[in-house]
Amino acid sequence: MTTVENLTHEPVEGEHFTITSDTTGDTWEIVVGLEVHCELATATKLFCSCPNVFGDEPNTNVCPVCLGLPGSLPVLNRNVVELAMRLGRALHCRVEPSVFARKNYFYPDMPKDYQVSQYDQPINVDGWLDLPDGTRVGIERAHIEEDTGKNTHAGGSGRIHGADYSLVDYNRAGVPLVEIVGRPHIRHPEQAKAYIDELRAILLATGASDAKMEEGSLRVDANVSVRRVGDAALGRRCEIKNLNSLRSLGRAIEYEARRQVDLLESGEVVKQETRHWDEGAGRTRPGRSKEEAEDYRYFQEPDLVPLDPGAEWIAAVDEAMPALPAQRRTALAEAAGVEPTATAVVVAVQRDLDELALTAIAAGGDGGRVLLHVEHNLAVEGARSLDPTHFAQLVTMEVEGKLTATQAKTVLSDMVESGKAPDVIAAERGFEAMDTSELEGIVDGIIAESPDEWADFCTGDEKRRGKLQGFFVGKVMKATRGQADGKAVNAILESRRLAAG
Amino acid sequence: MADLPTTAVDIAAAVRAGEVSAAEVLDAHLAAIDAREGEINAFNLVLADEARAAAAAVDARVAAGEDPGPLAGVPLALKDNLCTRGVPTTCSSRILEGWRPPYDATVVQRVAAAGAVAVGKTNLDEFAMGSSTENSAFGPTRNPRDPERVPGGSSGGSAAAVAAGFAPISLGSDTGGSIRQPAALCGVVGVKPTYGLVSRYGLVAFASSLDQIGPFSTTVADAALLLEAVAGHDPLDSTSIDAPAPSLLDQLDRGVQGLRIGLVTELMGEGIAPDVAARVRQAADALAAAGAEIGEVSVPAASYGLSAYYLIAPAEASSNLARYDGVRYGLRVDAPTTAEMNAATRTAGFGVEVKRRIMLGTYALSAGYYDAYYGKALKVRTLIVRDFEAAYERFDLLLSPTSPTTAFRFGEKVDDPLAMYLNDVCTIPTNLAGHPAMSVPFGAGADGMPVGVQLLAPALGEATMFRAAAAVEAAAPSLEEAWS
Repeated sequence: MTTVENLTHEPVEGEHFTITSDTTGDTWEIVVGLEVHCELATATKLFCSCPNVFGDEPNTNVCPVCLGLPGSLPVLNRNVVELAMRLGRALHCRVEPSVFARKNYFYPDMPKDYQVSQYDQPINVDGWLDLPDGTRVGIERAHIEEDTGKNTHAGGSGRIHGADYSLVDYNRAGVPLVEIVGRPHIRHPEQAKAYIDELRAILLATGASDAKMEEGSLRVDANVSVRRVGDAALGRRCEIKNLNSLRSLGRAIEYEARRQVDLLESGEVVKQETRHWDEGAGRTRPGRSKEEAEDYRYFQEPDLVPLDPGAEWIAAVDEAMPALPAQRRTALAEAAGVEPTATAVVVAVQRDLDELALTAIAAGGDGGRVLLHVEHNLAVEGARSLDPTHFAQLVTMEVEGKLTATQAKTVLSDMVESGKAPDVIAAERGFEAMDTSELEGIVDGIIAESPDEWADFCTGDEKRRGKLQGFFVGKVMKATRGQADGKAVNAILESRRLAAG
Repeated sequence: MADLPTTAVDIAAAVRAGEVSAAEVLDAHLAAIDAREGEINAFNLVLADEARAAAAAVDARVAAGEDPGPLAGVPLALKDNLCTRGVPTTCSSRILEGWRPPYDATVVQRVAAAGAVAVGKTNLDEFAMGSSTENSAFGPTRNPRDPERVPGGSSGGSAAAVAAGFAPISLGSDTGGSIRQPAALCGVVGVKPTYGLVSRYGLVAFASSLDQIGPFSTTVADAALLLEAVAGHDPLDSTSIDAPAPSLLDQLDRGVQGLRIGLVTELMGEGIAPDVAARVRQAADALAAAGAEIGEVSVPAASYGLSAYYLIAPAEASSNLARYDGVRYGLRVDAPTTAEMNAATRTAGFGVEVKRRIMLGTYALSAGYYDAYYGKALKVRTLIVRDFEAAYERFDLLLSPTSPTTAFRFGEKVDDPLAMYLNDVCTIPTNLAGHPAMSVPFGAGADGMPVGVQLLAPALGEATMFRAAAAVEAAAPSLEEAWS
């Protein structure tokens, strides 16, 4: 008998996340498909002109249409179609003629007791999303639907069962959503997080959504199953809901996979069901079990006409498509002469610093040094307004030995703050290029001050020498107030040692 | 009072010209309501005070030298499934108890803008489901020609209001014949326009793909006047046709010379009362005498219209009526849980026929049954459209009875849903096709009750349809003229 606790796993490295049973020695892999609901960033709702705003006084952004009052009718918001198509095309989907359908079920947060969605003919079909690690995740569809209102259950546990009463806020009812259904191509909790990160970057780049998980404008459900490594067939899956952060997403997938492996290893079966992630307890729990599967009785929404944006509109969307994260990574990687999967490249695009880096490289800055600064020294506010020519200049000064790495970092930080040119800052700070003979004099002086250490340095083993090298470099740095180039100091020490030997 | 004009066309002309006041026209109609409404029960609500204020406003505009519009001072009755701002809109159902819409239906706005004076909200079969107005939660409406008989339905109140002289014109809604059938049974004109010609915004939905608002009147010209006022594109209704309202009044004198009119054979045989069929043939003869070419035409799929309709309409209704759940407005019957409250509210709030159709529709859409029922009905619908298209290649208009019989007695069919559903056999195919059709009174049947003949036209064929309607009206025998 295995339990969740006595399963070990190969951690994060490599593409696949596997779980190996201590008992059987079998190795399992995780299969994940994500369903993402995101609210589109339109000014007004999907079918009426009420404002689409988060956080207003309850039930103030409502009208007969989004309240589903008798006799009211929906009118499709053109901008919803525009944003849905932008997202679809960014995900390499085909935009197809589509129809709206009614999904029928009773729930108090749904004013009409049906949700207008798209069913068998969605607007965007069959695309993909490339993760920064190079994995391609298929997109089955990305369709338009309306959001529901929001229930607050007072008293009891805060859930509908046992509540004293419930309040409904319909401000969110009728807010436009796109549901993006990903194919089960994800094999690792970190990939799931990367998928959401990448999708969020695309949503932001296209202006389709503000994609805030904490405000619920981006909501993730994860379909998780496991199978023995090498098996072709997919295991039975569970749908995990209530994932309110990337951290929850990763933890929930890992927990759920372990739970399923545990079940299967002990000869039980995985029940296909909806489960809720409990962040506090760090586990998934089954949702309220229904006696039978819900029958949504989908049929075409007769109050709306079929939607066919037409080739011209689609072409206009393509024409206006901004550079997407994957393209931006490729462009930067090419310019810098590195792989698009390099961390510095991924980070540069995530921080929206790739344009700066590209311009700096084009202005003559060394690609490697530029990326190094972007990755390690520019995670600061205002970095994006850095003058790329100055940035290139700084990198060149560094490469030419006019500034040490430490000095360059200090100058860069000043550049972000003051906007001044690097040579001006270097001069102000007295970061004069220290000429070699001056540095040699200082090094020789320090050697003379510490004869015992020097003797040890020259004759000691490698370990001892390494330690003493640090001692000497530290002294030189102290004497030069950090202005000496560490590499140059090392070179002088080495030449003196060889001469002494 | 005796010389007050009686038709909408004449009233509007006289009010606009300052010859009579809207107030005195209204008073005459309120007096008629006072005299007979207790017996007829055409209204769920008479809006006497609101109507007096509206009439006064019309008169003030005339006095100020302004034109109040084409329906100036014309009293008008509204079916009680049309939303009226601040005024109860019940659909003759308990479930909407206490609900006052915060907005006006587009047609309500348009008739008000045209100067009409709304006198009340008329009775109907609950949520427009029925053919006799017996399914109203507020008691049946009686046929003004014979109070022992039904007025037809579902717009029985709107038909009876016009037939009883409570208002010269009224608005109803027609999903499977709910304007034309009561028009025929009450002996008035009733029009179901092309789907999308009149905005559905503010019409409480029964079956969205079939519902259409249209006029009742005593004359073809009045129907044309009212339809012109309410038709035309509405951006609030996505299914509204993006075209200007048709010009109809100027068509009425054009005659029928050369029009090809086909008698629908499927709607002239089995199930049609012989006296009704005879009146339709008589109308065909009259049209021929006026210069039309009359022929016979088969619309084979029309025979399946009834079956398809009783799957499609309930399916849509089951979804449209889901919102009456006790959460937001109308009736609420409290219970320990939300689901139990929903069920208790709906059990108490809906009548038998509404429940029957919700169950039918829910079943027709259910997993495992969709293809056999709803899916198949949609295919029949396509075939009906195709058969009509073929018929309209040979004919400009089609002709049939509106209803298989004249008005029947109360209780005669209410316990036999199938017999009741068969009332709509002649009217349903046009709803499924989305085409226009209208009922024009044409004398009486063997029982002395009115007979209506139905003119059918292809989509947006209203202008031609009204030409022929005027000719039928001109040739119609009087009600008193015995059938032989």
